[in-house]
Amino acid sequence: MSEQTLAAGESERPSFDEHERTFLQKIQHFLHSNPAAVPLIVLVVSTIVFAFIIGPRFYSAFTLTLILQQVAITGIVSAGQTLVILTAGIDLSVGAMMVLSSVVMGQCAMHYGFPGPIAVLAGLAVGTLCGVINGLLVAFVRLPPFIVTLGTWSIYGAATFIYSGNETVRSQDIDATAPILHFFGQSFRIGGAVFTYGVVLMVVIAAILWYALNHTAWGRHLYAVGDDKDASLLSGIRVSRVLISVYAVAGLICAVAGWTLIGRIGSVSPQAGQLENINAITAVVIGGTSLFGGRGSILGTLFGALIVGVFSLGLRLVGTDPQWTQLTVGALIIVAVATDQWIRKVST
Amino acid sequence: MSDRAQEPILSARNLVKRYGRVTALNNADFDLYPGEVLAVIGDNGAGKSTLIKAISGAVIPDEGEIRLNGQPVQFTSPMQARAAGIETVYQTLALSPALSISDNMFLGREIRKKGMLGKVFRMLDRPEMERYSREKLSDLGLMTIQNIGQAVETLSGGQRQGVAVARAAAFAAKVIIMDEPTAALGVKESGRVLELIRDVKKRGLPIVLISHNMPHVFEVADRVHIHRLGRRIAVVDPKQMSASDAVAIMTGAMKPQELAAA
Repeated sequence: MSEQTLAAGESERPSFDEHERTFLQKIQHFLHSNPAAVPLIVLVVSTIVFAFIIGPRFYSAFTLTLILQQVAITGIVSAGQTLVILTAGIDLSVGAMMVLSSVVMGQCAMHYGFPGPIAVLAGLAVGTLCGVINGLLVAFVRLPPFIVTLGTWSIYGAATFIYSGNETVRSQDIDATAPILHFFGQSFRIGGAVFTYGVVLMVVIAAILWYALNHTAWGRHLYAVGDDKDASLLSGIRVSRVLISVYAVAGLICAVAGWTLIGRIGSVSPQAGQLENINAITAVVIGGTSLFGGRGSILGTLFGALIVGVFSLGLRLVGTDPQWTQLTVGALIIVAVATDQWIRKVST
Repeated sequence: MSDRAQEPILSARNLVKRYGRVTALNNADFDLYPGEVLAVIGDNGAGKSTLIKAISGAVIPDEGEIRLNGQPVQFTSPMQARAAGIETVYQTLALSPALSISDNMFLGREIRKKGMLGKVFRMLDRPEMERYSREKLSDLGLMTIQNIGQAVETLSGGQRQGVAVARAAAFAAKVIIMDEPTAALGVKESGRVLELIRDVKKRGLPIVLISHNMPHVFEVADRVHIHRLGRRIAVVDPKQMSASDAVAIMTGAMKPQELAAA
């Protein structure tokens, strides 16, 4: 054995040669290096199919931008969820943080008489604080993220009802005292296309996060932590700090979504957004981000949210029972996770 | 090979580490001389990994002294040892599989762009990081890895080991510690990793090699530190001793005739 290794060592320089790939492996490899490719293909194909079935009623600037408006809230929340899931965590409290923040904004503006911008800042601060609490529990108490956020989901949700006394702030009152709360609900037109500022916000948040994930050390560390925590520690990454920052940013993003939510539904309601955590996880998973962490992209999540939007509106225009939408989305989730498992097998 | 007139670059005296009632290190000594490959061998439980952790900062010894270039040092984390110029290639490699080769090389010490882009927007200087990674991999003859942007998980076991070694070699100012670098590899890839060790040595960096594989140890080591029952029992010259005798000393079947001058 010793002679063999000697011979191998002497006869050639260390050359770890690549071997040939089959066609299927090439596809696997391509999808592996472009995690947003699958959801993009699904999005484009489903849009085209619905355009064929429904015709110009679907394939118009108005309808397509309507989809954007409908997915804006989920799109924003799921952008924050993506960060958490990339670290191999999960945040079940996103919807609760969103609603709590929006209620804080409403209460500050209506009951305490704060100026609109201060009320907004208070809401953003509360959302961030909620995220920091999640992060501290995950990073320092070392509880599984699922358990931490299952707990805080209930806590933040209950706090919302207790704090607001289950009271809804009416749209007219907001317009009278703090119209800034409605800012992201306002819309502008470009031809037949109608955009709300909430849609613009979703795109801006996605762009910022895309930049942060791909071009800053923070983003690289986030992927590394999700990929292999122990390896990240040994490589000198301050894992706890990364985790807390991720949950904090997710909380802040949910608070921003809460602000957008007020614009979308007009009023401030503690009853709103009860299923937003599930919607966000759905968008992230359909967007090709792995629940095991370390793999995925913010673009994929955006596509994932849009896919759900296209199916919801498309199937409604076709005239099917809304349950078919739920059924289709469920099937998409399973296909998406199965695809992820397959892509993950890339090795050697 | 190692000139006894030289000062050791890294040394330890009378290290003691206890875990409850178990004494992992019992007055262990250690010396590494400039430019040498020092293999550390020992039976399972002999305390060699505790010794290595003590000098790489992962474990804080209860007693004893560690000196780097003659200066006493006290590491309380692997980061401090790294900052002092001691790089460790862990058995698990500590690479992040989904990240690219160059991102992995710079993990935890990324380079940012100059000026506004780096300061305000904290943008990474990818081209510079990739250029440097490529240069370091070429230094070690690893440039058959075509695409520096490809994910580490698409590499073979030997290639990954190569990346981890290149990372250590690129940033180690003084010492590289390699923990079982050939344990997970086949014969052919092991041979290449041993070649890598020689290449790193040629560039003047001393290496501490922990290995269970006697043929590998005797192939590349200049001196062999034999660890037994928590202490250094002998240091032998692999050119003057057979592997089976070294194993006999390691397991206690044979008494070391003379403790080579430390």
